Amino acid sequence: MSERLLEVENLQFRYGSAPDAPAALEDVTFSVDQGEFVSIVGPSGSGKTTLLRCIAGLQHPTRGHVRLNGEPVTDVPAELAIVFQDYGRSLFPWMRVRDNVDMPLRHMGLSRAERTERIQSAVAEVGLTDAMEKFPWQLSGGMQQRVAIARAVAYRPQILLMDEPFASVDAQTRADLQDMALEVWQAHRSTVLFVTHDIDESVYLSGRVVVLTHPPATVAAEIPIDLPRPRDQIETRASAAFVEQRAEVARLIRRPVSDESAIPVVSNPS
Amino acid sequence: MTFANADAALRPRLAGIGGWLGGVALRLSVLVGLIVVWQLVTMLVDDPVSWPAFTDVATRFWEAWATDPDAWTRSLVPSMARLFAGWFGAVITGVVVGTIIGMSARARDYVNPIVQFLRAIPPPALLPLFIVLLGIGDTMKATMILFGVVWPILLNTVDGVSSVEQLHRETGRVFRIGFRDELLRIILPSAAPKIFAGLRVSLSIAVILMVISEMVATVNGVGFELVQAQRSFRSLDVWATIVLLGIIGYTLNTILAAVEGYVLSWHRGAMRTRS
Repeated sequence: MSERLLEVENLQFRYGSAPDAPAALEDVTFSVDQGEFVSIVGPSGSGKTTLLRCIAGLQHPTRGHVRLNGEPVTDVPAELAIVFQDYGRSLFPWMRVRDNVDMPLRHMGLSRAERTERIQSAVAEVGLTDAMEKFPWQLSGGMQQRVAIARAVAYRPQILLMDEPFASVDAQTRADLQDMALEVWQAHRSTVLFVTHDIDESVYLSGRVVVLTHPPATVAAEIPIDLPRPRDQIETRASAAFVEQRAEVARLIRRPVSDESAIPVVSNPS
Repeated sequence: MTFANADAALRPRLAGIGGWLGGVALRLSVLVGLIVVWQLVTMLVDDPVSWPAFTDVATRFWEAWATDPDAWTRSLVPSMARLFAGWFGAVITGVVVGTIIGMSARARDYVNPIVQFLRAIPPPALLPLFIVLLGIGDTMKATMILFGVVWPILLNTVDGVSSVEQLHRETGRVFRIGFRDELLRIILPSAAPKIFAGLRVSLSIAVILMVISEMVATVNGVGFELVQAQRSFRSLDVWATIVLLGIIGYTLNTILAAVEGYVLSWHRGAMRTRS
């Protein structure tokens, strides 16, 4: 059995401190093991981003805990990196690709040679070696998101959080980026927590899908995805197993909140 | 793709050098036209004391300022020293204080009414006060320039620093880049376009205040020369000095624009591709 990396326990998040303040998250519990690729899906507005921000230590939950390697998360942990949806506002337009990727490495006590090596291999991994000296605004949206991924990869986090990273690119680019994300994950044997509202995407990428309910969110179900890897945009998506599992996730998301008794809770096999 | 757009944006620029020269010639022709009108009108009016001809003013400018190193050391150097002491002092004060205020919403609430009041005071009105406090020396003049020009820098810095993209700062936090890099590599570059807008305004005001401060209780400087020329009815020297001040202002602006163009080249590029 693999090692437990991230634990989220009874997480609650309310906007404001009043007892009747609206809650984005009611009671969210799940965990992620070392090396997993886990997706969180939920209807839009179900507090997915809030959940991710609580896990990253950017927001503090009103109740419950987040633990990374057994340590409670109070501020942003060093072992964690995020790829935000809005690459345009996450990359620094006054820095070239090289400097954007270098930015997090400046404070890690690495030698200059080591930094250069990390930058070059990360940028090569996302296929942007030729764009090393470009500014982000000289690149297309998909390429900019690749830079953001390279930046996170060069940082070599234990866990990579991705917040709807491919939601604002066109379909073909999205497919390319999905496969690239899988390659990066496999090459580094890293752990990815991937937030999306796209059911197909979550099933295609993940080893496990955590489905959130309508807000205030709880975990509706955790569904292990046992599709073979490496996955293929055409074959995997055409397989009967894929169709079945995406239907399962879709049914869970569409189900009205009141119908809770009918939700089949599939347990996590770990 | 955006790549192609960037190349396409370059091409007309290269092809357009001939057109650019043509544009410069056209703009210069307006200036030359005005000078010719000036020359003709002064010949018609024929009152060389009040309305000297352009050629006379140009000759006097050439003799009294452009080719007289004594005039430089006597007047121009002290004037520019005061201007730069005041302006650079204001740049440092404005950017440092503006950054501190800009980073704290609470500080903004407390400081804003004070700043709004102080900047509403016309700086020349403070001249008597500064003379009482600081005497009539260079310190007083530099201080008056500083006080007069610091506000656009300060307010623009506050605006720029307080409107840094939230996600940029959070990205810095996620990657634990530390306060120093957050300040120097995120907050200040992000605020730089607005800070530069403040610098441009403040530089023009600095030239105005330099002249005003030198018109009162002083023994040298370009403003002093101007008043001396007027008091001794040397109208050609008045005109020549006005031309000099125009050239000073124009040169300083051009230099600042060049620095800005270099520092903010990323910003122009980003703005171009956004549209």
